[in-house]
Amino acid sequence: MKTEELVIEAGRSERQYWRDLWNYRELFYYLAWRDILVRYKQTVVGVAWAILRPLISMLVFTFVFGGLAKLPSDGVPYPILVFAAMLPWQFFSSAMSESSNSIVNNGAMISKVYFPRLVIPTSSVIVSFVDFLLSSSILVALMIWYRYLPSWQIITIPFFIFIAFAASMGVGLWLSALTVKYRDFRFVIPFIMQFGLYISPVGFSSSIVPEKWRLLYSLNPMVGVIDGFRWAILGGNATIYWPGFLISLGIVFVLLITGIAYFRKTERTFADVI
Amino acid sequence: MGETVISVQNLTKKYVIGKQQSGNSFREMLAGKSKAIAERILSTRQQSTEVSEPSSEEFLALDDISFSINRGETVGIIGSNGAGKSTLLKILSRITEPTSGRVSVKGRVASLLEVGTGFHPELTGRENVFLNGAVLGMSEAEIRRKFDEIVAFAEVEKFINLPVKKYSSGMYVRLAFAVAANLDPDILILDEVLAVGDIKFQKKCMNKIYEAGQDGKTILVVSHEMGNVTRTCKRVIWLVKGQIHLDGEAGEISNEYLGVAFRVVSSGEVTIERKSELPEQDLYFNTVSILDEDNNPTSTLDVLRPAKIRITYEAKKDIEGLDLSLRIFNVVDVPIFTVERSSSEGLGIKKGSYVSEIEIPPEFLVPGVYTLNIGAHIPNVKILDNHRSVISFEVLETGSKAAIYKGSEYGVVFVNLDWKELDYTPVLT
Repeated sequence: MKTEELVIEAGRSERQYWRDLWNYRELFYYLAWRDILVRYKQTVVGVAWAILRPLISMLVFTFVFGGLAKLPSDGVPYPILVFAAMLPWQFFSSAMSESSNSIVNNGAMISKVYFPRLVIPTSSVIVSFVDFLLSSSILVALMIWYRYLPSWQIITIPFFIFIAFAASMGVGLWLSALTVKYRDFRFVIPFIMQFGLYISPVGFSSSIVPEKWRLLYSLNPMVGVIDGFRWAILGGNATIYWPGFLISLGIVFVLLITGIAYFRKTERTFADVI
Repeated sequence: MGETVISVQNLTKKYVIGKQQSGNSFREMLAGKSKAIAERILSTRQQSTEVSEPSSEEFLALDDISFSINRGETVGIIGSNGAGKSTLLKILSRITEPTSGRVSVKGRVASLLEVGTGFHPELTGRENVFLNGAVLGMSEAEIRRKFDEIVAFAEVEKFINLPVKKYSSGMYVRLAFAVAANLDPDILILDEVLAVGDIKFQKKCMNKIYEAGQDGKTILVVSHEMGNVTRTCKRVIWLVKGQIHLDGEAGEISNEYLGVAFRVVSSGEVTIERKSELPEQDLYFNTVSILDEDNNPTSTLDVLRPAKIRITYEAKKDIEGLDLSLRIFNVVDVPIFTVERSSSEGLGIKKGSYVSEIEIPPEFLVPGVYTLNIGAHIPNVKILDNHRSVISFEVLETGSKAAIYKGSEYGVVFVNLDWKELDYTPVLT
């Protein structure tokens, strides 16, 4: 029998934590699986919910921005333009709202069992990711409907999904840790979501933003993510503003790294304050 | 055996209570910050003489504790509320971090502070078993292997594919317990407060858990019931205000523990409060007292002297078939004997007030702490009144036959049975 020695001390070592994270991968898998099962069991429409929500928002956006405001679409069918952005945005916003409440919602478990707490918000992000995968089927349907053929750039999509993931994780970790500390933080989140939807280029192409504001605009990490998605999906018709994209990318990784650091720092007191 | 598996050195846990500033609200935090800034801007002249008030108070839940536990030991941790038991458990199960000090643990640990952690009502019994198993640290392969056993143990085979929200509370708890009882770690840390629901089933689980202790597993249990601890643990650690008060052999410590716990409350005479929530009763107990041979109320008796238990009660009307009983329990909650009024006075009672006495002969109860239950009932018909642990007393060792057996268990009472020598054949050398 192997006897591993475990040491419990104030501020225990970083290395042990990451090893634990690996050891608890099965729990991680089960939690994500539980959240997914519960999510689709609880709603009457089940899986359809993941598809209906972005579909309806897409219809509204197409109508308002494309139909009424008549914004330019760079020669792409407006529904596809909107949906290519709606996908990462829905992923980001649902990951943000799910993970920010995840620690508080799992408070009972946190105060009774040990496991690396990072597992919880991460598994919430995974659930949103499953929604994302489901709703991307609409995009495929839209593209078939409009007979829109993606170009070679579509192969870069995993890279942009990865960035979207990193952005969601970064913000999710920050918010989940802050929500434990300040319970009323959850009231801030719907506001961020609402606000973010309008300052991100979801309903319109970011090419309509005046040139001199674009660098500033790119401080919003979702600008880079959405532009990247459009570039990969829409092919030659969408252009990417590289300086802005790099800024967004930088912000995403700053958010992710500080998010992990802040989460790790506050994590050890979760059980005491929850 | 003999190898140290848990070693705790100078463990301290400090909690900050009454945290006023930067409380749990982001709004308050913002308001506080902006107020501070505004004050700084507005009142530059006003010197900041006001010292920031001590808005928080520190509380030592564990104060420099050290001990070690060897492989195969079953150790109970006792103490009153707030003594630090739960904090110790939480640190050992890594739920919370110590403020300072060090713990090292060898081997696979499973801690069980709650049953059914992570259970979700929407999921089926099967799904919950896997989830709960994972939460408790079992691997998937292990759960698969034990799955049938768990389900059989919980007696919920028929319902295993139904969502647990459709379960009765009994079934739910049984399933949760069954997962826990089938944990198979090197070291098990558990909180006995798990106790919920079906007592018979709980016993079945606890037995299974403690059986594990017999094959070299180390078990650490926080208990609130002294009786359980002495029955299951060889060693007891008694915490008082975050420090180790005593650490040693279970029997000794439990006597001491109960002695202290009861000495405070018992003066040898108790007036029984009427249960106000009950409707008008036909029979009331008024007082119970423990008397020494000179009829003085006392809570400590000399083992070599006789003593009396006196109870006073009142019947509001004639009650046919009534019987009164008095039962004595020892430290570990084992009933020692019962005395019934009917065996001397027959069944039934007339309206009026009564004073009754039971004499305990000298050298009858072995030294130790005892508690007393009294009840009034009509046998096989109904219970009129019942009071548990109304009074307690200690029988002190003053040189009885048990004295020379110090430490080892002599029995619960002294009896003078004859040892008859029926035959004797000398051996010729």
